[in-house]
Amino acid sequence: MNAEHLVTMANQIGSFFETQGTYEEGVVSVADHLKKFWEPRMLKVIGEYVRSGGEGLHPAVAEAVKRAVPA
Amino acid sequence: MPSLKPLDYGTPERRADAMVTLEVDGETVSVPAGTTVMRASVEAGSKVPKLCATDSLEPFGSCRLCLVEIEGRKGYPASCTTLVEPGMKVRTQTEKLQQIRRGVMELYISDHPLDCLTCATNGDCELQDMAGVVGLREVRYGYEGENHLKSVKDTSNPYFTFDPAKCIVCSRCVRACEEVQGTFALTIDGRGFASVVSAGQNGPFMESECVSCGACVQACPTATLMEKSVIDRGVPEHSHITTCAYCGVGCSFRAEMKGNEVIRMVPDKNGFANHGHSCVKGRFAWGYATHKDRITKPMIRKKITEPWQEVSWADAIAYTAAEFRRIQDKYGRASIGGITSSRCTNEETYLVQKLVRAAFGNNNVDTCARVCHSPTGYGLKTTLGESAGTQDFDSVRATDVIMVIGANPTDGHPVFASAMKRRIREGAKLIIVDPRKIDMVDGPHIHADFHLPLKPGTNVAMVNSLAHVIATEGLIDEEFVAARCEGKPFENWRKFVMEERNSPEAMESVTGVPAALVRGAARLYAQGGNAAIYYGLGVTEHSQGSTMVMGIANLAMATGNIGREGVGVNPLRGQNNVQGSCDMGSFPHELPGYRHISNNEVRSLFEADWGVTLAPEPGLRIPNMFEAAIDGSFRALYVQGEDIAQSDPNTQHVTAALTSLECLVVQDLFLNETAKFAHVFLPGASFLEKDGTFTNAERRISRVRKVMPPLAGLSDWEATCELSKALGYPMDYKDPSEIMDEIARLTPTFHGVSFAKIDELGSIQWPCNEDAPNGTPVMHIEEFVRGKGKFVVTEFVPTEERVNTRYPLILTTGRILSQYNVGAQTRRTMNNVWHDEDRLEIHPHDAEDRGIREGDWVGVTSRAGETVLRARIAERMQPGVVYTTFHFPGSGANVITTENSDWATNCPEYKVTAVQVTLVSHPSEWQEQFQKFTEQQIRLVDERKPATTT
Repeated sequence: MNAEHLVTMANQIGSFFETQGTYEEGVVSVADHLKKFWEPRMLKVIGEYVRSGGEGLHPAVAEAVKRAVPA
Repeated sequence: MPSLKPLDYGTPERRADAMVTLEVDGETVSVPAGTTVMRASVEAGSKVPKLCATDSLEPFGSCRLCLVEIEGRKGYPASCTTLVEPGMKVRTQTEKLQQIRRGVMELYISDHPLDCLTCATNGDCELQDMAGVVGLREVRYGYEGENHLKSVKDTSNPYFTFDPAKCIVCSRCVRACEEVQGTFALTIDGRGFASVVSAGQNGPFMESECVSCGACVQACPTATLMEKSVIDRGVPEHSHITTCAYCGVGCSFRAEMKGNEVIRMVPDKNGFANHGHSCVKGRFAWGYATHKDRITKPMIRKKITEPWQEVSWADAIAYTAAEFRRIQDKYGRASIGGITSSRCTNEETYLVQKLVRAAFGNNNVDTCARVCHSPTGYGLKTTLGESAGTQDFDSVRATDVIMVIGANPTDGHPVFASAMKRRIREGAKLIIVDPRKIDMVDGPHIHADFHLPLKPGTNVAMVNSLAHVIATEGLIDEEFVAARCEGKPFENWRKFVMEERNSPEAMESVTGVPAALVRGAARLYAQGGNAAIYYGLGVTEHSQGSTMVMGIANLAMATGNIGREGVGVNPLRGQNNVQGSCDMGSFPHELPGYRHISNNEVRSLFEADWGVTLAPEPGLRIPNMFEAAIDGSFRALYVQGEDIAQSDPNTQHVTAALTSLECLVVQDLFLNETAKFAHVFLPGASFLEKDGTFTNAERRISRVRKVMPPLAGLSDWEATCELSKALGYPMDYKDPSEIMDEIARLTPTFHGVSFAKIDELGSIQWPCNEDAPNGTPVMHIEEFVRGKGKFVVTEFVPTEERVNTRYPLILTTGRILSQYNVGAQTRRTMNNVWHDEDRLEIHPHDAEDRGIREGDWVGVTSRAGETVLRARIAERMQPGVVYTTFHFPGSGANVITTENSDWATNCPEYKVTAVQVTLVSHPSEWQEQFQKFTEQQIRLVDERKPATTT
């Protein structure tokens, strides 16, 4: 899985949900979306990416990834 | 077995609350007010002779054969144009009427070839029948007078001939072209005896506006307009009712046969989706089913550089199972997956997803809806609660305002386009939101009241502007919203769309559409009566495809245009069974009936029925499969009836992924582009060779019936069962009806569906269950499936695919009338006479800037790749936007498209690719490689080794 591509995808998801409510609601929605639609190996790669710094991920998305993919 | 000649009532059915009782030939009959005497007579059991009348066309009253006597009335009125009245007493058979009718027939026959025995319609000719019915025994006028017998036959159309020598000028063809198809390609030229049917400007059919829908051929009562297949092979002797395998309209057809050979496909007038109409694909382009390119024996090979080895089904299945298990043992359970087909039946699609979940043991299953309507599923589920369109097609008959967004119905869904055009001719208003000036913007007797030619990629900005006008000008249906929708999300949405930044004026620079046009369209949609939105892939295939679908649902809810006949949100599905493949649980995150795989209760239901434990996590989507193949964690794929190497974006990325696989299994009719990378080829069965069901764009489940045995010996569902059995998970079904029974058992919206029920009703629109035993034409009537409708804020986020000085133009892709999707079927028919190559349409200004003339070879370069096409200068394009189709693999349209995709579903952004177009003199590097690879793969098939066992 190409982490860079996953970052783009995750940020796109974040761009939608950040307009749907508060910051916290956005984080919850992004995490929920990732768990609902991303296959485990995708979650694994993005989870590792976040834990290694998460460069390029929107803050709310990075937070959502941490919640969707516990270490 | 259905009749080859369904009863013709002469004039169309009328619907009215008031019934009228009359007497015909002594029989009492009651019919709806407005019914003709002719139709009432048929209802009463009396057939009135007729030639210019048929029940698909409005009464015309020209042939004078259907005269009757009515007690108390003078003369002999034409029964086709006389309406019933209470107490009327009609006589259809009297000596005087016989005398008049014989006189009429004498005149017709005096100018008609007497070649019945050698005529192609011998035994299937209404003129011949009527001569018999009226007892014609002589023609007193002789045959020597002035006549049309030496008129020249027009054979220009590949599928039918026009022989004016046999024409009786009844105008049925002309009226069919007008009333049924809405093309107005035919007319009656001249007057009196000189009257002749004329195509276009009295030229050959192929030079006219004729779209070859076949309506005229079907309407013709003589051999004047005649299918070439009947001329060549004679009249058929039996028929089966089945469902077309082309677009999402799902037309019902009578497959007219001789033995196991299809002679012609005739649209079924009892079909609820098409009401007896057809298009050039369904009507005529079925020859691919027996094309010489069909591969009918299983084949295997270790490497794609090796020749194929023909093997028995048993050996092919055993080899596949062994490879899949080997790969799973080595790389893990999640290293394999499958792709279901929207061209296959519901039952077959259901089985493939079951195979993946139960026998493969993972959820790596996806379908081609990924690349077309997956945003529809997400968007409508979120807002309305169900991943499907809200109406039946007939709903358009009650529509006052039709809004078409990102769809080209005359090309993509031609039969429904005819229904729309008929409604527009009756007075409905039309709004078109599309970058291109599609045919419906300005066609024969059709003119869009508003055409909003937005820039590609700005759909969401446009829908927000439309909503802004509705919200700020007090056009919201407050009562509907308060009663039917969630309050807080609605208030959030209202506040959002009312912001000035969403106004048509503020967005004009983004969408490129004058604000006044947007305001006018919004007012019309909100205030014009019943308003219905029909949309296509121009909505979904964007980075904000799902957002736009939700924006459309917002508009419908805000104006109360949902939950009754004549309104609604209507996705026009591309392929015949896109709706069905989605319904059947083809997406990796959900089980049949759109229920998430993580739902323990639902999963337990399937686990108990299937006798296995199911993985609770979502599987890989198609683009994720490609990524995983390239990174080495995904090693085998079973593809049934799809051609991902041609249809999916960024071809070079796709083929890199396919090349990475250790075992690619393709089941198809032909060695398609994907099969060229395969290690196992399982021969597929065409729609003519299997039983099952398709579900069309209006949720209508229709039967597909086997009219000939599978050329390869097995239907697709049988092959899937064999593979599953070889993998240690036997799936035993005697026939597809048992598969549907299982689907119904496990899926609440299908609880009432069975083959027997479909046969009884003709077709069924789901939900069909205890609450709706006969199905559901219109959804969300009392409440939304999710309870209250949910408004969603739809912030416009520009795509990252942007023009710049290097790539200054936007490419959009689409399809045309005569070809279908990747063209695997239509390219193997005579439809190529209309479209034998994909061309790049470019506006004259853009062409002139680049020195490009009609027919020049041009290089089209994007960030993903380059291909070369010939140019077509097209006024219908807007400056800055170019367009091409993707029907021919060598065109490489998807070499250019990128992997950008919808944020929610990964549906590719086919509709927005930044490109440069330049004059070139030779094919692209990709095309040269493609050509070499294709030649190699064809050679490897031609050199295949025959099977040593059977």
